[in-house]
Amino acid sequence: MAGRAGGERTVSTAETQATNIPPAEPSSPLAEPVEVTRAEYCVISCAGIFAGAGEIMASPMAPVPLLGARLARLTTEPDLLITDGEALILADTPPIGKTGPIEGWMPFRKVFDVVASGRRHVVMGANQIDRHGNQNLSAFGPLQHPTRQMFGVRGAPGNTINHPTSYWVPRHTARVFGETVDIVSGIGYDKVDPDNPAYDDLNIHRVVTNLGVFDFGGAGHTMRALSLHPGVTADEVAENTGFEIEGLADAPETRQPTAEELGLIRDVLDPKGVRNKEVR
Amino acid sequence: MPTDKTSTLDDVVAELRDGMTIGIGGWGSRRKPMALVRAIARSDVKDLTVVTYGGPDLGLLCAAGKVRRAYYGFVSLDSAPFYDPWFAKARTSGEIEVREMDEGMVKCGLEAAAARLPFLPIRAGLGSDVLKFWEGELKTVESPYPDADGRTQTLVAMPALKLDAAFVHLDLADAHGNAAYTGVDPYFDDLYCAAAERRYLETDQLVSTEVLVKTVPHQRLLLNRMNVDRVVHAPNGAHFTFAGEYGRDEKFQQFYVASAKEPDTWEAFSRRFLQVDEATYQREVTAWQAEQEENAQ
Repeated sequence: MAGRAGGERTVSTAETQATNIPPAEPSSPLAEPVEVTRAEYCVISCAGIFAGAGEIMASPMAPVPLLGARLARLTTEPDLLITDGEALILADTPPIGKTGPIEGWMPFRKVFDVVASGRRHVVMGANQIDRHGNQNLSAFGPLQHPTRQMFGVRGAPGNTINHPTSYWVPRHTARVFGETVDIVSGIGYDKVDPDNPAYDDLNIHRVVTNLGVFDFGGAGHTMRALSLHPGVTADEVAENTGFEIEGLADAPETRQPTAEELGLIRDVLDPKGVRNKEVR
Repeated sequence: MPTDKTSTLDDVVAELRDGMTIGIGGWGSRRKPMALVRAIARSDVKDLTVVTYGGPDLGLLCAAGKVRRAYYGFVSLDSAPFYDPWFAKARTSGEIEVREMDEGMVKCGLEAAAARLPFLPIRAGLGSDVLKFWEGELKTVESPYPDADGRTQTLVAMPALKLDAAFVHLDLADAHGNAAYTGVDPYFDDLYCAAAERRYLETDQLVSTEVLVKTVPHQRLLLNRMNVDRVVHAPNGAHFTFAGEYGRDEKFQQFYVASAKEPDTWEAFSRRFLQVDEATYQREVTAWQAEQEENAQ
């Protein structure tokens, strides 16, 4: 039942191109070989999270997914709603760190209404993620006596059970991707009760890391490799993951950005290179 | 003429009781009723249960050893280093018992209390370790109405977060408890007041009712007289969090975090900024800011 409503809303490439990309200088491969940085592969991978998302609120919680959401909005997903991270809905798509004209009001209490409505796709960070997609950003160690305190569960339980959720991990290590998480903040597929429709909207859409793009389309909703960024080997991912990732050996390279995407990332959205501080 | 509710911080402290459940308004390091929090921290009250979207309010109360139990959706300083040091210490030393929950569950629990309901159903929390945090106190409820496919939803039955007292900071208020926010977000301050028996409001600007209603659009009038028992005029009272008319004092917040690292630095911080009345606090903050400027030159 998982992922039924608000579930896989992937739109074919042809479809998005037909509606949104001007046909002249489209998603064609780069004409000239250009050196693309790892951070830029991460940004286009985060943009890919929102492919086919439609008119929903994109809530990225870190710089690279924020750039991805804004890139998606400037290319194939113009109907996404984005906010200033505080309480205002932005009419335009400003560079990272800048605001601009607004189109609406979204104080925190209304965010919870959006969460409950399901019309949202959040990209959260994670201190830990397991192979079924359980996530921890709360604390390490025992619940009432942790060894390290982080934020607490924040909106992770509500996000994951209500609407599409993806994760961004700027440093892919076996400490993050371990066998189990200490505290389940964001719920994973093994928590779903198929007899309870309240779980139907669980949809952990993507995990994007500095090494590649993943989902939970493996056997029994386990983590699966969709692509590895150019220069990353399957061995490198395996060494930095505490469990087996399905499809790792056969994973293709992450696609090249288009010339349009590179221009938007470098000249419009992130001229100061904030992305390079998050991914080196 | 409606009741004049203007009060001092001492008037408020005189009404505190050991073991009470208090709600603290604002959000993270945003428009927290810090003057009231400082007054609670230097009072004799103990064994508090605190309900909050936590920030340095919870941190300062943990530093003062006032917290026995905390109900929260998160605890954050909202800017680097993000994690509150005193909350972290209280947690890693096992000093406080927590009922951690999803952020949306806090709103839901306050709404239940505001409507005098025992619970409200919510999806958030299902499948997560929130239920373990609550150690049996948090239960589920099954819908009496099956879905179209015949299956039945079982949801978290979020219990009412009933408060003995609520503490909030609004930017502008009159003497009777009418009050408005001037920033971008009301947060949940009206819900905290609606969920509480005694409601304590601090405000940067105490003005006449006429001035209040002429200064802001009607939609900003978040609290009315039925929501408030005492009004404390506390200019810059939300410091070092931000309020409508001033930003967060990021440098001072970082100083708070740095001071928490060692016993002697905390002792110095505490002597200068916490074991003093509010007027002295504000004076010392101004002096500290001037010192920082001088050192920077």
